[in-house]
Amino acid sequence: MPAPPAAESNPLVRARGLHFAFGPRVIFEGVDIDLKRGQVTTLMGPSGTGKTTLLRLIGGQYRPAQGTVEFDGTDVHRLSRRELLDLRKHMGIMFQNGALLTDLTVFENVAFPIREHTKLPESMIRDLVLMKLHAVGLRGARDLYPHELSGGMARRVAMARAIALDPQLVMYDEPLTGLDPISMGVAMRLIRSLNDALGLTSIIVSHDVAETLSISDYAYIISNGKVVAEGTPDQVRASRSEWAQQFLKGEPDGPVHFHYDAPDYAKDLMGAAP
Amino acid sequence: MKPLLDTVENFLRGLARAQFFLVSTLAAIPAALLRPRLLMQQIYSVGVLSLVITVISGMFIGMVLGLQGYRTLVGFGAETSLGTFVALVTVRELGPVVTALLFAGRAGSALTAEIGLMRATDQLSAMEMMAVDPIQRVIAPRFIAGCLSLPLLAAIFCVMAIGISGGHLIGVELLGVDAGSYWTQIQGAVEFEDIWNGVVKSLVFAVVISWIAVYQGYHAAPNSEGVSRATRNTVVTSSLAILALDFVLTAFMFRGF
Repeated sequence: MPAPPAAESNPLVRARGLHFAFGPRVIFEGVDIDLKRGQVTTLMGPSGTGKTTLLRLIGGQYRPAQGTVEFDGTDVHRLSRRELLDLRKHMGIMFQNGALLTDLTVFENVAFPIREHTKLPESMIRDLVLMKLHAVGLRGARDLYPHELSGGMARRVAMARAIALDPQLVMYDEPLTGLDPISMGVAMRLIRSLNDALGLTSIIVSHDVAETLSISDYAYIISNGKVVAEGTPDQVRASRSEWAQQFLKGEPDGPVHFHYDAPDYAKDLMGAAP
Repeated sequence: MKPLLDTVENFLRGLARAQFFLVSTLAAIPAALLRPRLLMQQIYSVGVLSLVITVISGMFIGMVLGLQGYRTLVGFGAETSLGTFVALVTVRELGPVVTALLFAGRAGSALTAEIGLMRATDQLSAMEMMAVDPIQRVIAPRFIAGCLSLPLLAAIFCVMAIGISGGHLIGVELLGVDAGSYWTQIQGAVEFEDIWNGVVKSLVFAVVISWIAVYQGYHAAPNSEGVSRATRNTVVTSSLAILALDFVLTAFMFRGF
């Protein structure tokens, strides 16, 4: 989808110079990321590179050691708790396994954010929820409980919940992991069509390269705390970064070693290593 | 020496965190009271579902008290005081303490496991990201439900142990203690203060157990081992806290005697 010209200079989310660490483990060392309005942006990288962490930084659940995250021009980490909660109403997130509330039905799960944040009459809530569920093809599953859903269905319900309040930004955390090929195709098409139909801005965090690149407008590959490649899907595929190439082609050895750091193999077997 | 200091430091840090958590839970109580349906659900799962275990335990403890009390008292020809014995022991000590221990095992552990699993499956994070405060939506209603349920359960326990089955069934129906003297002795010996002290005890236990249970669940490591450790911590910590606090409270309440 061609983005309006103004969007180029005014991204919805702008992260600059992000540094973040879990104790001694450094996750980000100066990461710059823009999520342009109306686009689907993909963030890829090997497991443990902090892709989910980035979503939590955008949502203000984590605070960066250095750097800023701006959402629609507002510095997320300078807000008071109340302001942050208000800001989050403009963001939807789909967690890795859906994170549906297990004691509520599908209907109530999607209605949850609407009930919490609006005072709409019951009939209108019903219509809204059914519209969202219809968009993900699960209007008929409204009375089921989360434990009665397949993995793919649970994620579609989570998608419906993420768009329940018509947010500006939707974040998808590993939307494809563990899905069968049919559900994967459904999920991908949904992300794209919801983005375009509702005028959203989307970010997908994933390591399913081919599937996510196929529907993305822009992509980042992160490794070792830095962005190693970025651009349109074609630019990323053509990237000369060894990291990016190893990741895109799924090679077992390269800049990312197959072996975890260990002493010399022969010495280790002979008992010479400490 | 260093490991010991580390342990003490960790303990104090944990205590500080737990206090901070209690304050935010208490602050969320008014908002939680505005959601009566949610509160009802929690009272049902925390309180009503603990009824069976409380009733059965109350019966058995009362029956044991009846047998043991009768055996001891009959040696002095004082078996008519059986009512006093059963009632005072139950109202002052066994009612609040045993109910609290059962409650920690039945409801406390369930609360911790439920909240811990919500943490492990990102449900709490999802709420935060939906701009819903989990302390208000999840923690506070469960905390209130625990605080309200335990004193009522303790009262039911006492009724079961003294009257309906326990002491009365064994002493009066089985061993032939005169029903009139059983009840008159109870009326004469049990002061309002005894009952009040029992209520205070079980209120204190209720707050402590609910606090420990929701704190452990909320701060459980988000994996199966973390949830299992948190559940165990809830049962162990609250049982020890109940017994220790019982001593402290008893020392204060009955220091005049």
